[in-house]
Amino acid sequence: MRDASLRILIYDENHIRASILEEGLREAGLEQIAVVTELNGIVARIAEFDPQVIFLDLANPNRDRLESMLQVSRTISRPIAVFVDEADSDTIDAAVDAGVSAYIVDGLRKERVTSILDITISRFNAFNRLKSELDEVRTELADRKIIDQAKLLLMKRRGINENEAYAMLRRTAMSRSCRIAEVAQSLVMTADLLSGDGK
Amino acid sequence: MTGDSAHITAGFIPLLDAAPLIVAREKEFAAQESIELDLVRETSWASIRDRVVIGHFDAAHMLAPMAIAGTLALPPLPVPFVAPIALGTGRNGITVSNSLWQMLADSGLEGGTDAACAAEALAQVKRERISDRPLVFAAVHTYSAHAYLLRYWLAEAGLYEGDDVRFEFVPPPFMGDALASGAIDGCCVGEPWNTAAVADGHGHVLTTGDSIWAGAPDKVLGMRTDWADQNPQLVRRLVRAVYAAAMWADDPANTEELAGMLAQPAYLDTHAERLKPGLSGGMSGARSGFANHAASVPHRAHAAWFAAQMVRWGEVKLSNGMMDTAISTYRPDIYANALGVAADDALSTDPMKKCRLFDNRDFDPRDVGTYLKAFAAS
Repeated sequence: MRDASLRILIYDENHIRASILEEGLREAGLEQIAVVTELNGIVARIAEFDPQVIFLDLANPNRDRLESMLQVSRTISRPIAVFVDEADSDTIDAAVDAGVSAYIVDGLRKERVTSILDITISRFNAFNRLKSELDEVRTELADRKIIDQAKLLLMKRRGINENEAYAMLRRTAMSRSCRIAEVAQSLVMTADLLSGDGK
Repeated sequence: MTGDSAHITAGFIPLLDAAPLIVAREKEFAAQESIELDLVRETSWASIRDRVVIGHFDAAHMLAPMAIAGTLALPPLPVPFVAPIALGTGRNGITVSNSLWQMLADSGLEGGTDAACAAEALAQVKRERISDRPLVFAAVHTYSAHAYLLRYWLAEAGLYEGDDVRFEFVPPPFMGDALASGAIDGCCVGEPWNTAAVADGHGHVLTTGDSIWAGAPDKVLGMRTDWADQNPQLVRRLVRAVYAAAMWADDPANTEELAGMLAQPAYLDTHAERLKPGLSGGMSGARSGFANHAASVPHRAHAAWFAAQMVRWGEVKLSNGMMDTAISTYRPDIYANALGVAADDALSTDPMKKCRLFDNRDFDPRDVGTYLKAFAAS
């Protein structure tokens, strides 16, 4: 059974991930959620909100700073990183794979933590999928742009049509076992250098 | 070849004293012990600790006090660690912002990095020029040699946490930015990050760790106690590989190659030239070493000193049991067992030797209570 009264603070400088997580926790019936997107002022916010659980990104370079703040401020009594025995080892593995790190108030019962940790993990994973899809789209767009440039160059210099230019790029890529975009990139760069426009 | 081949993953933070681990892989000292050593760079010490605890890393480049804090069950992660070998001494510095440096120069501080002179000048500047706010000094982690050296040195200047000083904690590669942005007035950090801050025009080295405590201990090879207990033979092989790598790294003939190796993008990701002051130049004190000057020996006296600092700054209460537990993190027995006679020699000189810092006060690890009372009285 989930506990609507649990106070959860999300500290994430990535606004999108923070809102994805917040939404997930609210959908699960958790009502007391605070979101902080920068470290400045977080101690006062913690003191005021008095969270029992704090979630943040494992790779956040501010973790050392946050830990010292928790320790010095003593606003959250004996914060414990959730890598001890509050959750089972499968959950911990999943948390780390997803990039979740969490601090909880010492003494909070294991079952109260596990269910919200599961939600957090699935939301972080959803964000990670979203991000990698976005990265793929970005790469694809960049690839298409450079390939178009290379095709134009070939068409102009060799007097061939678009299909032939593309076929030429593809053949070269296959024979050198690299990506078509990489061949296109080097072609464009070389042309820049030879044309004398490059500084 | 000794023993079955094994795979070990170790985490590190981009710092010069990760060298013994990096060299163990690159120069195949690990391979000679039939260890396939994978290294993973991390962004924060908290991540290093967590990933050792959950078993992502078998071992790691770890702050010695962080290992001790885990063994003492201090928050946020009460898990016992062992340190069977240390990763070097010295190569730390206290670097201050350009504006603080200017004030120190105005008040008559001359060149040189003497810790006592620097402390005196800082106290004067604080009194006369920055009386309206606390100085902000950064260390790399609450439980770090840097935090304790900094607190010790500032206390000698009569500057204590509160109205005099506020402490911040910033991962090593971000120190230069923190100085440049004005977020901090100074920091205590390992090389090459002092040199980098100076080279980028963000600060000036005020004093060195070596000047505060010649041959001061710093990082260790840390691992979970239960993992070490379950893999005694593998731990000994790893200690031998890291020791051989440390010896190689200390050889001046290898400095050029070492700087190039560490500077690579996968490791410290910086310019080789920036590593040299810490390896063989002005940021490398007379007692700095990876293995030289018994720098790789996990001296129990050092563990005791760190534990005493934790007591001094209110992080833990003093008791005999607590001191014994803290000291048990350091495992000179594993070190000696792994390396044989050479280690016995290093240890037999004085297993619980006294330590002396720049204030010429002796630290006697067998009588921490009396030692701490002297500070309380002053």
